[in-house]
Amino acid sequence: MGTSKRDWKTRVETLAHTRLNDCYQCGKCAAGCPRGVSMKLSPTRLMRAAQTGDILEAAESDSIWRCVSCLTCSARCPKSCEVAGVIDAMRQIAIEENILSEDAAKIIAFQKAFLRSVRKNGRTNELEMVADFEIRHFLNRFDLMGALKDATLGPKMLGKKKLHFKLGSPVKDKALVKRIFDKCGVKI
Amino acid sequence: MNIGYYPGCALHGSSDDYETSVRACLKALDVQLDELDDWLCCGATAAHSINQKLATALPARNLGIAQKMKLDRLFAPCPMCSMELKKANDALQNDEVRAEMEKIVETPLSGSVDVINLIQVFQAVGYDVIAEKATRKLEEFKPACYYGCLLTRPPKTLQFDDFEHPTSMDELLAKLGASPVEWNCKTVCCGGGLTLCDADGVAQMSHRILKNALDSGANCVVVACPMCQVNLDMKQAAAKKLGLAADVPIFYLTDLVGMALGMKPSQLDVDRHFTQTKLTK
Repeated sequence: MGTSKRDWKTRVETLAHTRLNDCYQCGKCAAGCPRGVSMKLSPTRLMRAAQTGDILEAAESDSIWRCVSCLTCSARCPKSCEVAGVIDAMRQIAIEENILSEDAAKIIAFQKAFLRSVRKNGRTNELEMVADFEIRHFLNRFDLMGALKDATLGPKMLGKKKLHFKLGSPVKDKALVKRIFDKCGVKI
Repeated sequence: MNIGYYPGCALHGSSDDYETSVRACLKALDVQLDELDDWLCCGATAAHSINQKLATALPARNLGIAQKMKLDRLFAPCPMCSMELKKANDALQNDEVRAEMEKIVETPLSGSVDVINLIQVFQAVGYDVIAEKATRKLEEFKPACYYGCLLTRPPKTLQFDDFEHPTSMDELLAKLGASPVEWNCKTVCCGGGLTLCDADGVAQMSHRILKNALDSGANCVVVACPMCQVNLDMKQAAAKKLGLAADVPIFYLTDLVGMALGMKPSQLDVDRHFTQTKLTK
């Protein structure tokens, strides 16, 4: 592709609005990360990968998608690095370069289904979004148990009127929403 | 008091019990909500995970609508929405970004809308005024006040309360006669938007919070976020499987303030919560 490690590093810095060399690898971001235990690469290691320009390797791991964007890492960083922003930048690059982590397939499928719903309606329509997500994920992975497990909450949600057909009525100016998505170059 | 209102998708979706509660509670405090015309989703985690430009554009469009409606203060009851709106407003301080965003969202943007969260609405009314209007004391409530992530983080953008040890919710409820407990998980993440796509991970995160609330002597948890409510209330059965010892009632902050103002739980849609809401002594 001809993109050098230095180019990748610059791209992350631009997207995340942060200076990667400020990170001195103290490990505080990893120590406070509520998702650290489920990540192969901790936030500190993801920061190191960004510093060395090994973005594509990091983008392949499920770790960037396990991040729940709680922002604990960024808030506590003694050097004010936007750690969560760096992870967001890596996720954007992973999507743009079509680098999809197998282990995180379900999380990626959900984020895309969410944005497809917003692109179509201007707001999320939960029923439509969940159906889109479950069906596509099932077709991709044949994960019937996963889909059934999620469906078990349905009846109780109906009972509590948490699901109803007025859910998430769309915006009036749907065309504008599509133009905004297109102008931003969203790939979903 | 009149205030701009951005409900966001959750409050017009399966968390519309929160909207009932917010509207009933604020009406009793004479706060009039002027809803934004044709507002868009703020983009939430999905937008900032997939396209940084979109993550600014969607909230920026909403700020532009507020500006057009001459609403200089905008209240978003969902902390994800209020954080995204505030972050976009910050981004618009840069002339280049503002010019680009005006083209993308097709409306003038001044970057001057003051975005506030639910607790800030109560602060604007005044805790003392609320306490004066209260018709009953919340004596039986020993809440663990749960702030979650995005009421205080990122601190630079939000400039609200202490991001490690916030107290604004505790202070309000103490004024209304409740006895908030000291506990460790005030700002520990519940799992946020991964409810559906990483259910096991979210169950572990919620379990840790609920267990710490019980261990600290709380008889309920109070939240000011629709997503936190879903993970702690609707998905509590999953935390039970991990060993949670008892039901933990989960209330929105507006439920408790509303009850202090004399409202019945049903007027606040409390009966639509999943976990039973009877308090243990």
